[in-house]
Amino acid sequence: MDNFNRRKMLKVLGAAPAMAGIAWTEAEAQQAHQHAQQARRSAAGAKAGPYKPKYFTAHEMATVTALANLIIPKDERSGDASEAGVPEFIDFMMVDQPDRQLLMRGGIKWLDSECRRQFAQPFVKGTAAQQAAICDALAYPAKAKPEHSHGVRFFAAVRDLTATGFFTSKIGIADLEYKGNTFVPTWTGAPKEALDHLGVSYEPLKRWYTDSV
Amino acid sequence: MQVIRSPKVYDVVVVGSGAGGGIAAKVLTEAGAEVCMLEAGPVWDQARDGKMLGWPYESPRRGAPTERPFGEFDAAWGGWELPGEPYTAGKGSTFDWFRARMLGGRTNHWGRISLRWGPDDFRRKSLDGLGDDWPFTYDDIKPYYDKLDEFVGIFGSNHAAETGLHNEPDGKFQPPPLPRAYELYFKQAADRLKIACVPSRLSILTRPLNGRAACHYCAQCGRGCTTHSNFQSPTVLLPPAMKTGKLTIVTGAMAREVLSNAEGKATGISYVDTTTGEERTVQGRIVVLAASACESARLLLNSKSARFPNGLANGSGVVGKYLTDSTGASLSGFIPKLVGMPNHNEDGTGGMHLYMPWWLNNVKDKLPFPRGYHIEPGGGRRMPGFGFMGGIDRHPGGSGGGYGKGLKDEYRRLWGATIGFAGRGEMVANDDTYMDIDPNVVDKWGIPVPRFHWKFGDAERGQAKHMMETFKALIEEMGGTVLGKIPGPDEDYGLAAGGRIIHEAGVVRMGNDPNTSALNAHCQAHEVKNLFVADAGPFVSQADKNLTWTIMALAWRTCDYIAEQRKALAI
Repeated sequence: MDNFNRRKMLKVLGAAPAMAGIAWTEAEAQQAHQHAQQARRSAAGAKAGPYKPKYFTAHEMATVTALANLIIPKDERSGDASEAGVPEFIDFMMVDQPDRQLLMRGGIKWLDSECRRQFAQPFVKGTAAQQAAICDALAYPAKAKPEHSHGVRFFAAVRDLTATGFFTSKIGIADLEYKGNTFVPTWTGAPKEALDHLGVSYEPLKRWYTDSV
Repeated sequence: MQVIRSPKVYDVVVVGSGAGGGIAAKVLTEAGAEVCMLEAGPVWDQARDGKMLGWPYESPRRGAPTERPFGEFDAAWGGWELPGEPYTAGKGSTFDWFRARMLGGRTNHWGRISLRWGPDDFRRKSLDGLGDDWPFTYDDIKPYYDKLDEFVGIFGSNHAAETGLHNEPDGKFQPPPLPRAYELYFKQAADRLKIACVPSRLSILTRPLNGRAACHYCAQCGRGCTTHSNFQSPTVLLPPAMKTGKLTIVTGAMAREVLSNAEGKATGISYVDTTTGEERTVQGRIVVLAASACESARLLLNSKSARFPNGLANGSGVVGKYLTDSTGASLSGFIPKLVGMPNHNEDGTGGMHLYMPWWLNNVKDKLPFPRGYHIEPGGGRRMPGFGFMGGIDRHPGGSGGGYGKGLKDEYRRLWGATIGFAGRGEMVANDDTYMDIDPNVVDKWGIPVPRFHWKFGDAERGQAKHMMETFKALIEEMGGTVLGKIPGPDEDYGLAAGGRIIHEAGVVRMGNDPNTSALNAHCQAHEVKNLFVADAGPFVSQADKNLTWTIMALAWRTCDYIAEQRKALAI
């Protein structure tokens, strides 16, 4: 049992920020934000050594890595899926949500079997052209051949996991230029150029927002 | 097992620490009562356990909902399934029961949508003949809504005079935040379709209040707020109660039974210490149940004695009946106009800045269902999370799948160009929807568990159908395309299963007639004068509006009554 005394409970509940009671100033917001960022960084910890897969075999890991990098390649704006840690993320999800394992392990087997039929090699050993030909056959569900349906489903699952893995990574979020997740001392709504793009304005609603900014 | 009896007798024992329990602790301690609060879960510390301003890549799971239904960063130790704490369903029924085991309960992660009910919501039977009227009117509870607005803090605007929506009463609002760009865009569409669209009403501060800072617009209210700018019981209601020196909080205390004596008065609570498994009791002169509607009903039904063979306060047999949840359905659309909008921070407060209150009149507009619903819109370039743009191969603005540089550009182009609408409507209680105690199943503490019986009627399906038609019209009015297939009659028009909207109410109903209600007009048990209920159990009906603001207003009113009765030495 956790029977709190008053002092301890006040500390937990009443731990109001130092600047409570007044609106955030720019400097205070900045300071609080930096503090939070620093705490996150130290919590994230340092990485050590090469990644050891928790679920995938070396061959499976290589296959997932190749697929993920084909799905999200490096371009002028950002790196590829590997640089964002996507293969490690997909491996982690196999352990975190075991219901995903069969589709992934079975899907890799299906893919290799199809590749052996077409060019006598597993997927990872194929040439760039061979790999592209397979991906072209699996990547567009509406156009895919019925005999490829199992591979199509597998490819879509890898694509979805790759999208999450890439765009929730540091480089993926930077790629999107997501501007939020930060202290905003004063909310001033959307900038004029965004409003103009949509053809909207705050003017007609002014009566509701006389005290808002 | 050893039963350890504490010699102390509190003035009031409160079961539960969420919206109702928090109000009870504040109001009763400030009125001078010594209060002991029991909470089944542990303490959630915003600073230690919350993930405000965290990034998805700080966890290998990237926010996936593996352990928490609303994602890894959601401030809820709980869910629809709790290990060792089952519930069952009657034949042919589906009902999902969400519980949060933590100090503050579900107030830690809720949507902060704080819609004051209106005059019609308390007298629906008089208006359409269905269900029952409440045993008091809007005017009786209005002062408590006003106190809540002022003490807890809420933003919004008074629009009843302008919109003519008399059932959306004015309140004591802080200034609402300016809408996001896409919100102005759907407002234009709503205006053309003659759907009211007004500033939302959320219990988030836009101005400092009572030592709490104003919002810093990170959109993460659901993760818990370290600046205490939004409402949750542990940061808003419990601190003033603690400051009186009269509140004792016992966490890890799973209530089993309300104890009563030969004179038919409640004497305290028997509970299980979840750390040691020991059975304990706490004694009180007054007992207030605020454990959540179904948990409070379960407690009463499990409190059987020679004097109360049907369970405590249940001579009428109504405890467990009249169970309702909100109706819910949602639809999203791809809005091409949003593609290429100059990028900026669209976070804002946690949740919508504009919403659509119920804008029609069932009789005048000849609607094939009673009551109504409000619409909660969402969209924008939000922080990427688990499931980011999943199913891109089915996206109407995409190329049907693909991979490579082209796909990478497609994600960038289509991110944030979606607007979704969720409807939340009023279900009318029916005889086939109720809870009782499963005669065969106990939880890991040995406490018999609830069994839920659920049936939606044509009224609820009619609402969901109307929601779908409205959402489609809004999406198309914006030049958009619905994402996915619109659910039809075979899927009940997307109507969410009972319990999924997490607005359970009605199972310990109040009323003037002891034969048809468990509690009187003050939420005091007809049969047990020192027993009260302060959650959504006493609700006589739903509204299309979320429950929390009314749970708190009603709990405040109940506790004012308790304080008066104590002063008069009547209980």
